[in-house]
Amino acid sequence: MIRLVGDDLRPPAPAARRHLLSVADLTRDDVERLLGTARTFAASLERRVKKLPTLRGHLVVNLFYEASTRTASSFELAAKRLSADTLTVKSAGSSVDKGESLKDTALTLGAYDPDVIVIRHPQAGAPQLVARVTQAHVVNAGDGKHQHPTQALLDLYTLRAALGRLEGLHVAIVGDVLHSRVARSLLQAFALVGVRSTLVGPPALLPRELPVEATSEIEAIRDADVVYVLRMQRERMAAGENFVPSLREYAARWQITPERLRPGQRVMHPGPINRGVEIDPRVADSPASLIVAQVRAGLAVRMAVLYDLLAGGPVAVETLAAAEVA
Amino acid sequence: MAALWQKARAGADLVIRGARVVDPVEAVDARLSLRIDGGRIVELAERVGANGHRVVEAAGLVLAPAFVDPHVHLRTPGRPDEETIASGTAAAAAGGYCAILAMPNTDPAVDSAPILRALAEAAQREAEVATGFLAAITRGQRGEELTEMAELAAGGAVGFSDDGVPVASAGLLRRALQYASTTGRRLALHCEEPTLSRDGQVHEGRVAAELGLAGQPSVAEAAMVARDLALARYEEQPLHLLHLSARESVELLARARADGVRATAEVTPHHLVLTEEAVRSLDPNLKMNPPLRGARDRAALVEALRDGTVECVATDHAPHAAHEKDVPFEAAPFGVTGLETAFAALYTHLVEPGLVPLETLLERMSAGPARVFGLERPRIAVGATANLVLLDLEREWTVGERPFRSRSANSWLTGATLRGDVRLTVAGGAVVHEA
Repeated sequence: MIRLVGDDLRPPAPAARRHLLSVADLTRDDVERLLGTARTFAASLERRVKKLPTLRGHLVVNLFYEASTRTASSFELAAKRLSADTLTVKSAGSSVDKGESLKDTALTLGAYDPDVIVIRHPQAGAPQLVARVTQAHVVNAGDGKHQHPTQALLDLYTLRAALGRLEGLHVAIVGDVLHSRVARSLLQAFALVGVRSTLVGPPALLPRELPVEATSEIEAIRDADVVYVLRMQRERMAAGENFVPSLREYAARWQITPERLRPGQRVMHPGPINRGVEIDPRVADSPASLIVAQVRAGLAVRMAVLYDLLAGGPVAVETLAAAEVA
Repeated sequence: MAALWQKARAGADLVIRGARVVDPVEAVDARLSLRIDGGRIVELAERVGANGHRVVEAAGLVLAPAFVDPHVHLRTPGRPDEETIASGTAAAAAGGYCAILAMPNTDPAVDSAPILRALAEAAQREAEVATGFLAAITRGQRGEELTEMAELAAGGAVGFSDDGVPVASAGLLRRALQYASTTGRRLALHCEEPTLSRDGQVHEGRVAAELGLAGQPSVAEAAMVARDLALARYEEQPLHLLHLSARESVELLARARADGVRATAEVTPHHLVLTEEAVRSLDPNLKMNPPLRGARDRAALVEALRDGTVECVATDHAPHAAHEKDVPFEAAPFGVTGLETAFAALYTHLVEPGLVPLETLLERMSAGPARVFGLERPRIAVGATANLVLLDLEREWTVGERPFRSRSANSWLTGATLRGDVRLTVAGGAVVHEA
């Protein structure tokens, strides 16, 4: 190949690094592409040998500053199913215990040249900081009360798989919206794909500035196709907060019980669930519940996210399809 | 007598030629030249002889009374890594200020005469521009016991403030108003009802709701403004409201002033220019208290500044160490710097778009704050000490390209291109900045 001298002297233009920090950064096309890729991976997970060679040689670092079962395990498994190397760092037992700042921890892990850093952190803006100080693609696995974009994507995947469509569905989101990053990501995702949402819960837990319908009347859930139950975060209901007088009274007024549901309605929950608080165990264990399907979808969707970031967008999907054929 | 201190310097001998001289209070707006002998303005005319002095050719530039900032955090004593009297006043000089007032929420707080005396001595050694100090209303700013206000006033305290935190107890504030009246000094109040603002990170509005950040509702400020104005009215005492941010607060102030309450107020450049929308970036340099509010709040602040309900611009210059701001938004401390960018920010975002006339901005940045705190008003008149700023309204510059004089770089404007630059600052008769 003949190259002009000038080309060599110019530094190569850095390709824009892509991250998944917030659903607000996604277009509808992005969402459709990711869900499509996830469907392909879900099919591959049905096979006897579930591992794909796709991301061999890549390094995915999981950096978790908060307790997590579902998200941490599914990101790790997603990377492994794609043959990437994984490294999981939890704040407990790491230098974080010694007072190391997030910036320094990110710089330290960045020195291993990871391709992706998946971060879960109790403070909004932590993934942005990691994106600023490392060269990795950053995936937000939950930051404070801000965003949890892969949860929203797996919820869309689950909804479409169970109900056959997204556009025109009506979802009632019930409970503690104020403290829920899941709700924030979900509302943006629903707006992107044409799902109507209604918030239901005690007034102090429904931010009044959100641009969606909101009501404190639990009867409002009857109009919805799906009831999405949020976790009552017990740690946030400490004495003196007075968001609600008590969990007992919350349960009496807003718990999702079989009696409050209409036949045919489906129920979702991002987990972990508080049986007997926001959700009646009979509902959680009923055929109406999509909770386990959500967890299963999480694996395929997180594989899709890692694949999309590293193999890169629409072209990659075609490559993947070709690989499937081969 | 309220005292301001500045490093001793020889008065300048200088001729500034052909500037558009604008002094809104003296009702001057004309192309003039002026001669300064030993730091004093001795001649102001269309043509002025050089008389052997250095001549600054100022055609096309605006010469105005230098600025006065009633609200600066010099982080002294306690955090010399963030700011010192020397660095903070150098930043002020670069921003066109001839005088600043420092807030007492230092470590330790300025709550006793010995601490104030130490600051006064340091200012006489280090301060590039005249520097005054407010002293705390309560000991340690703990909101429990009054400071010895008479002794502090005798030591030169310009006023009293627990800025950074509100005086939560209404009963204590009443006692403070009563006692401060015997000192001739004004209370400057940080209005925030703490049980409403709680752990709020940003304004409680659409952006907070969407980003999932704990919000401080406007009513947290307005409820306290209402309480403080009610007490000022009842005690018939003056007071000054710091960094107003909410439309409701301005409305309460306007009503109280119309009823004869001697209340004054200030507003910051960042509240005049930005709204909560700016916070979507989660840049910790957009985190301050009070928080950036909605578009209607911003519009009300601009209008209040224009019509004089709010008499002064105050930067609330709040330096923070880089490592303390380089953390996730929610973990970052409140506060942004502002001395070096205030005029350019307001010229670019208020004067150029036609929201506030230049003369009004110049008045609110100089005569307004001087009047509120009983300071000598910087003025352009024969016989006056030279306190001047020479402004280039055409020059564009990008914030952060030249190093900050401040020891901290937590500017809300880093990377922004602004119009309007300070070419020369004369403070207390001496040239303290030239660019």
